[in-house]
Amino acid sequence: MLGTGILNGLAVTAKNFLGSFHDPARLVTVEYPEQHIPVPEAYRNFPFLVSESADDPMGTLRCVSCLTCEKECPPQCIVIVRSKDKKPDATGKAQFYPTVFNIDTSVCMGCQICVEVCPFDSIKMDKVFEITATNRFTELLLNREQLAKSNAYYHQIHPVEAAEVDGRLAAERLAAEEKAKAAAAAKAAAAAAKPAAPAAPAVPAPQTPPPATP
Amino acid sequence: MNPSGNSCGSFPAASPFAPVAGPIVRSVTDPFHGDLLEVSMGPQHPSTHGVFRMVATLDGEQIVKLKPVFGYLHRNHEKIAENTSYLASMPYTDRLDYLCSLSTNWAYAFAAEKLLGQPVPDRAQYLRIILAEMTRLVNHSCLVGFLFNDLGTSFTPLLYAFREREKIIDLFESLTGSRMMCNYQRFGGCRVDPTPEWLEAARKLVENFPRFLDEYERMLTGNEIMLARTQGIGRVNAAQAINAGLTGPVLRASGVDYDLRKVDAYGFYGRMDFRVPLGDHGDTYDRYMIRILEMRESVKILAQAFRDLPAGPIMDPKAKQRGHRPKAGEAYGRIEGPKGEIGFHLISDGSPNPYRYRVRPPSLINLTLLEDMCLGHTLADSVVILGSIDIVLGEVDR
Repeated sequence: MLGTGILNGLAVTAKNFLGSFHDPARLVTVEYPEQHIPVPEAYRNFPFLVSESADDPMGTLRCVSCLTCEKECPPQCIVIVRSKDKKPDATGKAQFYPTVFNIDTSVCMGCQICVEVCPFDSIKMDKVFEITATNRFTELLLNREQLAKSNAYYHQIHPVEAAEVDGRLAAERLAAEEKAKAAAAAKAAAAAAKPAAPAAPAVPAPQTPPPATP
Repeated sequence: MNPSGNSCGSFPAASPFAPVAGPIVRSVTDPFHGDLLEVSMGPQHPSTHGVFRMVATLDGEQIVKLKPVFGYLHRNHEKIAENTSYLASMPYTDRLDYLCSLSTNWAYAFAAEKLLGQPVPDRAQYLRIILAEMTRLVNHSCLVGFLFNDLGTSFTPLLYAFREREKIIDLFESLTGSRMMCNYQRFGGCRVDPTPEWLEAARKLVENFPRFLDEYERMLTGNEIMLARTQGIGRVNAAQAINAGLTGPVLRASGVDYDLRKVDAYGFYGRMDFRVPLGDHGDTYDRYMIRILEMRESVKILAQAFRDLPAGPIMDPKAKQRGHRPKAGEAYGRIEGPKGEIGFHLISDGSPNPYRYRVRPPSLINLTLLEDMCLGHTLADSVVILGSIDIVLGEVDR
């Protein structure tokens, strides 16, 4: 009968309308500024720089300015200037650090490629999405002071991922320490073995320096 | 204005692509004929699905000539890709067809893997099928929603469709970190492994999807107004569709059995059991029904993929993560995207950047028959026909 299709359709609409009063599956609206849906753990927006401590963010940046992210960034929105001198990092090893680390968030598209390519786990994705600025040239161009956030903050926004990263870093540091110890021990052994086997020097060998203590 | 109508007068009869059926176009050479009216629709018109412009020449109510104008959203995608590394183009491919980023990602990864000779682990192949089919659900539910918006059913069907789409998009977000710009595929696998909870949630959602389709069809498929507005409108016959190089649901609505998932059986589609729905008339109604039926088939594919998903790595352990330098050569990778054949042609000269990077966008090529579909119909129908072709301007203009 002509019109049955329309009536069927209206029945569906009526069902949805009435259902919206008692069935949460049919009323999916979230009144946004008042209500927030928590974002999932994997959510990403703009990158930030991880620092080991919240008290001295500039001194404990993990970034060693290897420039990998600057090269791989698809829209080329990262600018890094590498330091001339070296500073000890969290493990005590002397490393370069970025004197300038800028991200232009008006250009950044949040693709996460910088995070993937970073070999030092020093750049991660933030979850702040309510960002406003009145000037795109000054306020959206973030410098390293604005980008630096502590590892504790990283743990807060990405708990699972951060725990994994920390575990991996700790294992790497342990391995590096053991390697350094082994290298030092080998050096000491070599140094100890050297005077024991003199290859008949014509002149007496100069005083060997004492082996370096690990 | 075209007072003499010379250029239009001979068009419908002489053209080999004259409309198959529909109202007969009046000859515009008769002396009592009034002026033709040229209407420029777009680029800011909401019914043109983005920044698309149609310059329609009207004879009374009927369209006698229609010129599609595009390029308003040109972003130089191909040249940008030729000046960055292979990996850096991946997030740009999200922005081609912004409704189905995961399929486009796959097409690009597929082409680059061919070029690099990079194998893909089994689990990643299944994940790609899962995500591509979920993308097809997203795209087609968007399409049927927007189609009814174009018909004048202001927003009710669209919002029902979006309510369903939102659930899938939420899953994408919790897996890839972004709702639409997923950036998920990599050369040699996928970026993140879904958790068992994610897979369970996705499986449940897909299981319940046919309920939405049933409700949607009950609301609209039998609707008499919708039938009157879509049946026999914008017909394309099989010969026209093949000549114009149409692909995807628009081609299959004309009755041509050509689905890359069957023809190429790329990825693991050869292991999946599904049917390819075909249309009879090639009109707007068939194009709508094809989408609904394809969604039902996608649900079947997804159920099989969830069942067979093996454990294992999602990334080939030998795959390079960055700094790809494929040997000199070329590769064309194509997949059946929700809109048609999406292909990437890469030519390498051995440097870290592609020498040539070319996208074969389904939307643009499906759009070439727009004039032939619209001739003889009214301007209001042209909006519906455009909606049924399913274009995304990000992909048309690149």
